[in-house]
Amino acid sequence: MKRALVIAALGFSLAAGLAVAASDPRRSGFDFMSRETQAMQKDDFSNPGMLWVQDGADLFKARTGTSGKACADCHAEPSMKGVAARYPAFNAKTSRPIDLQGRINQCRLDRQGAPELPLEGHDLLALTAYVAQQSRGLPVSPATDPRLEPFRRQGEALYKKKLGQLNFSCADCHDANAGRRLAGAPIPEAHPTGYPLYRLEWQALGSLQKRMRGCMSGVRAEPYGYGAPEFVAIELYLMSRASGMPMETPGVRP
Amino acid sequence: MVRPLLGLLSLLAFANHARAEPLRPYRIVKGEIPASLSGKPGDAAKGRAIVVDRQTGLCLLCHSGPFPEARQQGDLAPSLAGAGSRSSVGRLRLKIVDSRALNPATIMPSYYRTQGLAQVAKAWEGKPVLTAQQIEDVVAFLATLKTP
Repeated sequence: MKRALVIAALGFSLAAGLAVAASDPRRSGFDFMSRETQAMQKDDFSNPGMLWVQDGADLFKARTGTSGKACADCHAEPSMKGVAARYPAFNAKTSRPIDLQGRINQCRLDRQGAPELPLEGHDLLALTAYVAQQSRGLPVSPATDPRLEPFRRQGEALYKKKLGQLNFSCADCHDANAGRRLAGAPIPEAHPTGYPLYRLEWQALGSLQKRMRGCMSGVRAEPYGYGAPEFVAIELYLMSRASGMPMETPGVRP
Repeated sequence: MVRPLLGLLSLLAFANHARAEPLRPYRIVKGEIPASLSGKPGDAAKGRAIVVDRQTGLCLLCHSGPFPEARQQGDLAPSLAGAGSRSSVGRLRLKIVDSRALNPATIMPSYYRTQGLAQVAKAWEGKPVLTAQQIEDVVAFLATLKTP
């Protein structure tokens, strides 16, 4: 009798656990991909993004700038765990949000005495991928600083703003029509959990901003520039929208 | 001598783009645009080519239809199969020109509109998605898509 109860209780908690997972309607872009592309992401030996992570690991240890310091001289490796999952963060110096790439460049300028790395260039993507990979599997945990709130709201408004000659907002496709097919390809829900990520279409690693510029060109809008405050605001909104979903960096996408 | 050369040059420059010519006025009557936008009839064969071209008509990004050669089709919008049975020619014309006149919440782009849009890419500024004659060609083609 007692055993039966325990088994029943176990069964119930298992079912409850599954129910919680199933009741979260959010799906990562990973879930919309073919099994082959999923397998490529899951296996570090076949995930092309790991080449950038390796380069990032080397750059992290490389001494640079007038300080002669490497990132690793201040940041012991485990200290980067969870960092990418809570970015963008509030930057007290500018009173604005700053994303991970921006923070790495700020650190280079202020602490290493090194020039900023070009946005979307190999080295900055590699360093960002190396840092973000240490959050892989951790839940997205947006920064709670209340000073971020107006920027998050701005990001949401931009996400819902219709743009370009074709007059589409991000939400028109990624909220209202996610899961449907645009020119044969499923539209994902726009969760930024895998960035920087390797896109087969790019044959390269790229940032969320690169992905957003692609969509903006698609609707025939003039894209924001790399590092634009609008992009950082949208990143902030998307990360809060994906709160609790696991980080996947380096993701692979078609 | 000079004129044909100029004509050729402008043809090259706008090969894939609608010309930046002023939009022609049109009248909506009972949910239709009864008159040809260009004042001329459309060419259904040219219209079909525009519909399947992913850079020009863009139709199959969202719609599907009876186009066996176009393997990648969308399902955000109704199939174009039978469009000519469901809608009159004037109705088809309005749906392409400015679908919002029939459904303000639609995501169907207005193909003949240059105002009230935000942040349009420089290459497309002041230009509609299709010219008046291209729209007539597409309308002529869609009208042939009858339900069997």
